[in-house]
Amino acid sequence: MWEHFAHQADIGIRASADSLSGAFEEAALALTAIVTEPQKVEAVESVEIECSGENEELLLVNWLSSVIYEMDVRKMLFSKFRVKIENLRLSAVVLGEKINQNKHFPAVEPKAVTYNQLSVRNEKGKWTVQCVIDV
Amino acid sequence: MAKPQLKKISEYCWQIEPFGRMRVPGVIFADDVLIKDMDEKTISQVCNVAGLPGIVKASFAMPDAHMGYGFCIGGVAAFDPEAGGVISGGGVGFDIACGVRTFHTGLSIDQITNVKEKLAEALFRDIPAGVGSTGNITLTGDTLNSMLAGGAAWAVEKGFGTKEDLDFVEEHGCMKGAMPDKVSPQAKKRQQEQMGTLGSGNHYLEVQEIIKIFDEQIAEGYGLKNGDCLVSIHCGSRGLGHQIGTDYLKQMAYEAASFGIDLPDRELASVPVNCPLGQDYLGAMRAGINCALANRQILTELVRRVFAKIFPGAQLKMLYDVSHNTAKVEEHEVNGQTKKLLIHRKGATRSFGPGSGDLPPRYKALGQPVLIGGTMGTSSYILAGTSESESLAFSSACHGAGRSMSRTQASKQWQGSQVVRQLAERKIIIKSRSMRGIAEEAPDAYKNVSAVVEATANAGLAKKVAKLLPMICVKG
Repeated sequence: MWEHFAHQADIGIRASADSLSGAFEEAALALTAIVTEPQKVEAVESVEIECSGENEELLLVNWLSSVIYEMDVRKMLFSKFRVKIENLRLSAVVLGEKINQNKHFPAVEPKAVTYNQLSVRNEKGKWTVQCVIDV
Repeated sequence: MAKPQLKKISEYCWQIEPFGRMRVPGVIFADDVLIKDMDEKTISQVCNVAGLPGIVKASFAMPDAHMGYGFCIGGVAAFDPEAGGVISGGGVGFDIACGVRTFHTGLSIDQITNVKEKLAEALFRDIPAGVGSTGNITLTGDTLNSMLAGGAAWAVEKGFGTKEDLDFVEEHGCMKGAMPDKVSPQAKKRQQEQMGTLGSGNHYLEVQEIIKIFDEQIAEGYGLKNGDCLVSIHCGSRGLGHQIGTDYLKQMAYEAASFGIDLPDRELASVPVNCPLGQDYLGAMRAGINCALANRQILTELVRRVFAKIFPGAQLKMLYDVSHNTAKVEEHEVNGQTKKLLIHRKGATRSFGPGSGDLPPRYKALGQPVLIGGTMGTSSYILAGTSESESLAFSSACHGAGRSMSRTQASKQWQGSQVVRQLAERKIIIKSRSMRGIAEEAPDAYKNVSAVVEATANAGLAKKVAKLLPMICVKG
C-alpha cells in the first residue's frame, strides 16, 4: 500500500507492508506514480539493483536513489519490484519498460531523494517507510 | 525549541533575534501578507541555517521563500572560509544552477501573433522536453569533461551560439574552478543524453510579451520596450546536477559530525569549505554550474533554429542568463572590510548593482538583470540589481513566485485541460504532454508573483524594470 503526501515544493511518498522489503517495493511504486499511473507501465524489461545503507533509513534513500538513477539513464519506468533485504544489504530485480511520452504522459521527473521527513518504522509487525522526493 | 519571534524592523524586513543554536539573526524580506502566509517550517529552516559554523551577518530569506530541504527555498547565506565557514550541499540543492535565460527576438507582438500557433507547435516539436526526452548530442568521456570545464563557452565552441552571447551570461559563460574529475561516473552517465533538454516540473520555455516598463532608462539600456517579444528558458543542470547533489549530500551529512558540526536537519549537510570534501564538492558543483550554462546555451541555439524557419533573418540576442541555485565565492564588504565569502543562494538570484566587475560593459552603469520567472498564467519580471542590495543581503533577490500549494493538492484541485482552456481564453498557448503536469503547475498553486516582486523592489533588493506576460509556454 502506498500514498503520496503533500510537501509545499515537492512530493512525499509513504508506503507500508508486512515486511521491510515489501514496504520498499511499495515505496518504489509510489515513486513511479509521481511520473505516471503504474498500471500503464508494462513489466517487460528487467534491471538488477544492489545497494546498502548504514541504517534502514539510509538504505531507503539509497534504494530509491538507485531506482531514480536507472530510470534516468535507461529512460525507463518500472512497475514491478522484487526486493530482498538482508543485514542492510538490498538486492532487487525491477521490471518495466522504456518511457513513451505518448503512452505514459509523464507528469514530472523525480530528481532526487531527500532526507526530508525520512522515516522507517515498525509498529506491531507493520513496516511504514516515507520520504520526500525532489521533482 | 523556542518559537522564533519575528520583529518587524521596516515595512519590508523582519528579523529573528538569535536564540538556541543560532549564531546570527534571521532576516526575512516580505510584506505583511507574505510574512503571514510564510509557514513555520520555512521560518525554522531560516533559523537552522543561522546556526551553521562561519555564517556571516545573517541567514536571509527572500520574499518568495517557502519550505525546502535544510535551507528554505529563497534562502541566502554567506560563510567565511577563514572562520571555519561551511559549504552545504543542501544550500545549493539538487538542481544545481537552475536558472533563467532571457533573450530578445527583435520581433513585435503583432509579428508573433500572426503565427503564434505555428510557432508554439514548432517549439514544442523541436525543443526536447519532459521526462525521458533526450537531446541530439551524446556526450561521453573527454568531451563530457570538456563541457563540464567549459560551460556555455564550450557550447559556443561546438557551434551553439556566438561568442557575443557569452558576454551576457553570468561568469561570462564559464564557471572557473570546475573539477570534472570530482563528478561521479554515475552523474556523468545521467547526463550523457540530456544535453539540450528542458526537463520537467517547473521548468519551461516561454515566448513573452513586454506589457509594462517601470524604469525607462534601465529598460533602454537593456534593449527592452513595450510590445517587444522575448524568449525565456527556465531549467538547470539536469541529471548530472541531481546526481552530484545525491552523491555529495550523503557524504557531507556523514562527515559533518567529524568536524563537530551538529546538524539539526540532515539535509543541511555541511562541511568546512576548506576541508578536502568541501573543496571536492565546490569543484563538482562548479562543473554542475557549467553543465547548466551549456544546456541553456544549446537550448538557445535550438530556439534560434526554430525562429529562423518562421522568421528568416530574425536576430535573437541575449539579454542575460543567471542561475538561482548556487554557492559562489564573492567579495563583499562586512563591517568596512572586504572579505571573500562563499554565498549560498538556494532559490535566490544574484543581483549585482551598478559597477560590479562581472557585468558586461553595456550593463555596467545599470546593474545586473535579475530574471524572475512567473507561472504559465502570470507575469514574469525583469529587475535590475541595486547598490543597496549588497548591504541588505549580499546582492541577492527573489527568484520566482514560489509555490503556495503542494503538487498533490494542486492536481486534486484542478484538471490540466481546464487550466489549458482558461489560459487559451487569455490567449496563452500551453504545450505539454502531461495534463497532470499542467494541473500541478497551475498558476494558482503559486504565490502572487507581483506581490513577491513588489516586496523585493520595496525592500531595495532589486529595481523593477519590465513586466512580461506569457504568450506561449512549453512545459516539460
